[in-house]
Amino acid sequence: MNIAPDIPKPSLMGFTLPVMALAGALVGYVVGTAKGNVPAGIAGGAAVAAALAFVLAAFVPQRTAGRIGAAVVFAALGAAIGGVAGGVAGILIGLVLSWIAYWLATGAYRAGVPVYATAGEVLWHNSFRVICGLIFFFLIAPIIIVLPLAFNAENFFTFTPKMLALDPEGYSLKHFRDFLSNPDWTRPLKNSFIIAPLATIISVSLGTLAAIGLSQSHVPGRRAIMAILISPMIVPLIISATGMFFFYSKLGIWMEDTVGLSKDISGYIKVVLAHSVLGIPFVIITVTATLVGFDRSLTRAAANMGAGPVRTFFKVQMPLIMPGVISGALFAFITSFDEVVVVLFVGSASQKTLPWQMFTGLREQISPTILAVAAVLVAFSVVLLTTVELLRRRSERLRGMSPT
Amino acid sequence: MSDTTQASPMKAADGTPLKKSLTRALRRQKLRALALIAPLLIFVLFTFILPIADMLFRSVENQIVGDTLPNTVQALKAWDQASDEAPGEQVFRALSVDLQVAAELKQHTRLGTRLNYENPGVSSLFRSSGRGADKIGKDFQDRLVELDPAWKEGETWATIFGTDEWLAAEAAWDADRAGKQPAFRMRDGIDEALPLTAHAYQVFVKDVQGAGKNPATTKPWRVFYDALSQDLGANPDPASAALPSAQATLIAATSTAIAGDSFSYKDAFLDMDTGWGAVSTWETIKAYSAPYTAGYFLNAVDLEKGADGIAVRPPEERIYIKLFARTMWMSLLITVSCLVLGYPVAWLLANLRASTSNLLMILVLLPFWTSLLVRTSAWKVLLQQQGVINDILVWLRIVDDGNRLVMINNQMGTIIAMTHILLPFMILPLYSVMKTVPPTYLRAARSLGATPWTAFWRVYFPQSVPGIGAGSILVFILAIGYYITPELVGGTQGVFISNRIAFHISSSLNWGLAAALGAILLGVVLLLYYTYDKIVGIDNVKLG
Repeated sequence: MNIAPDIPKPSLMGFTLPVMALAGALVGYVVGTAKGNVPAGIAGGAAVAAALAFVLAAFVPQRTAGRIGAAVVFAALGAAIGGVAGGVAGILIGLVLSWIAYWLATGAYRAGVPVYATAGEVLWHNSFRVICGLIFFFLIAPIIIVLPLAFNAENFFTFTPKMLALDPEGYSLKHFRDFLSNPDWTRPLKNSFIIAPLATIISVSLGTLAAIGLSQSHVPGRRAIMAILISPMIVPLIISATGMFFFYSKLGIWMEDTVGLSKDISGYIKVVLAHSVLGIPFVIITVTATLVGFDRSLTRAAANMGAGPVRTFFKVQMPLIMPGVISGALFAFITSFDEVVVVLFVGSASQKTLPWQMFTGLREQISPTILAVAAVLVAFSVVLLTTVELLRRRSERLRGMSPT
Repeated sequence: MSDTTQASPMKAADGTPLKKSLTRALRRQKLRALALIAPLLIFVLFTFILPIADMLFRSVENQIVGDTLPNTVQALKAWDQASDEAPGEQVFRALSVDLQVAAELKQHTRLGTRLNYENPGVSSLFRSSGRGADKIGKDFQDRLVELDPAWKEGETWATIFGTDEWLAAEAAWDADRAGKQPAFRMRDGIDEALPLTAHAYQVFVKDVQGAGKNPATTKPWRVFYDALSQDLGANPDPASAALPSAQATLIAATSTAIAGDSFSYKDAFLDMDTGWGAVSTWETIKAYSAPYTAGYFLNAVDLEKGADGIAVRPPEERIYIKLFARTMWMSLLITVSCLVLGYPVAWLLANLRASTSNLLMILVLLPFWTSLLVRTSAWKVLLQQQGVINDILVWLRIVDDGNRLVMINNQMGTIIAMTHILLPFMILPLYSVMKTVPPTYLRAARSLGATPWTAFWRVYFPQSVPGIGAGSILVFILAIGYYITPELVGGTQGVFISNRIAFHISSSLNWGLAAALGAILLGVVLLLYYTYDKIVGIDNVKLG
């Protein structure tokens, strides 16, 4: 086995240039397709990429300068071929190709593997990363793709030529304006923001208490209770919805006839109850997870110093389990905010929520406003994700500090 | 010293034995824990478990036949379906009364719809016969009113069937219409003397009082005339009941007058609709006359309750087994593709530096936090024939513009979209298991001479199996119950059993069948849930 102390630099002619030519040919194929001349594109792409690699590897050892230079050259080339859009594509292509060139030429592609790895292993290591990259792309691309489409000036669900040419006329905010002004969308939005917080409050308050109860050391039938409390998450929504459809209609009749509530209010109560029970497992799971690392001697210490159970709870336990409670609340909120099946079965038209409107929109008259809504919701989920992530870190830090 | 401690039990500070004191403390602790859990447990039981139980009950409940056709069901008991003939006059007599009562309550169409699930065509039979039976009642009404106009008055009927106290109370209520109506009290012995009419009158009073009217002043139902004629035919001298003299005379006179009348109910019904002569109609009614039935469950697995026990449905009606099988098969495909895509990613995340892997984790968690509807609509946009993927493929000349790929509204659409949606649920459990596998094991295997593949397959993979189990069961459970995504991107070939359940709830209104299908699906899921609990432990579920 060849054990070298340093990463060997690969041969320029025998390795870097051919691989770069291959990458360039791929890019050239795409450019050639766009311009209607595939063979010329492939040949040109291969030649340009190989030339780029040669120049960068032989004459420009400063990485940053080389990459900026490549981006500028390719931007000029792209602009000459395809206007503004071509220029932007050129910058991207320049950056990518110059990155590959340095990656190959400096031997950085071997950085992740032990020096003794064979060529096959290096190839596998890098292909594996590419495969993972493609899977990440599969995960994230559908979510990213709706963002630009939401700004479409036409009522299309795909990119128009104007959008591809980066023409400002191809973009507009009209779908967002429709979302915020059309009562078909504003009413569901309002409903969602009525129902989800109420459901969250119920599931968090009851769920947190129960999670604290469950974390005590002697709970009879703990497993069975846990199974019941988690079941709303496991039972398929369609089955929960079917059961609730029958039962809640009776509940609704009772509330209207015996208690004398109006149809609207009883409708909201039904949906809120249904959504809060769906959110409970998430609260239980997240709060229990925080309580697992909870140092029991802290409550004893508080009691020792004369605090009553209530004071201990608010002053000692609460701040420590707060991150778990909040992330449970966010889960419960998103569960309700994102829920369609149950509200479809339990609610009536006046309780129509945002997902319900999206669902009907997608099923019947597909309107591009949905994409604007989707874009807003993606932004919303980014905010939620960030919050949860920060809370998780805070919780880990808090627990890391407390003695275990 | 040691003698004393052994002789008497250890004491707590307050003098009680330590053991007792400990038990008390433990009990208090248990109670406190239960008190904390109780509100939520009651809440979940009421808002979730009870509805599910209600659904399970509905999947076997079948009281509508016995409630709507009580006399017919009773009379049918004597009918021998092996005779291959429609039942005799006796059954049609009962049917005439039952159907008229049902028509007054507007329940005959509901019953028709119910029986139509088991025997297509029955629905129209019941709908048309509701009108026909009313016509029979009208003939009897004309006959009786012609004999004595007193029969036209609600008062006459009320006096015959209600007790004097009830009549007085009802009249008092009618005067000021305040408070609740007095509950109906039947005159002693009248339900034995005139059973059919008495039963019909009871239903009448309940209905009329429910509408806030006084039965004594409301126009009587036509069914009374038919029922009374039948009762008098069976018992010409019902004087055993202590009736006021005027009514007793009226009944006696009517009884004598109609004694010679003859009327064939069977012919009348066969004239209305020949369907009443079909043995299959009666078999269905008889088969579903019990208050609880396995019929919905049989239907849900493509069986039916025929004349000679349980039989397989005709091939064109067998859809549910196929649908269950498809749901299972597609869920399995989705689980496998999630595993294939999730395993490398989880491995990468578990073996990278913490900072990089946290960054990449966002790419997994963002889809997890994004609305299901957003992801489904994104796939709709991507997969359409005029969608982004097809546009790119056409632009790259990989696909001809004329035959763009059909990737949506079929099984492929469902599988792609659901794999994407459920992938985070596979990656997260896999990641948390792989995180616990020390990377030194692989290096040790390599240094002992294993090839990379052997090292992975013999050393790493077996340790990641718990993660595979947890992730796969989770994804599978979630997949078999999915409704929204298959509904939107599945077309007709890519839908699941849940879509059929939704269809029966909202469109066909066959709620019993929906409940039975749901119960079967629930059984499968609970079985998997149990397995999951055994393998992973439900307390170990982690989110994010």
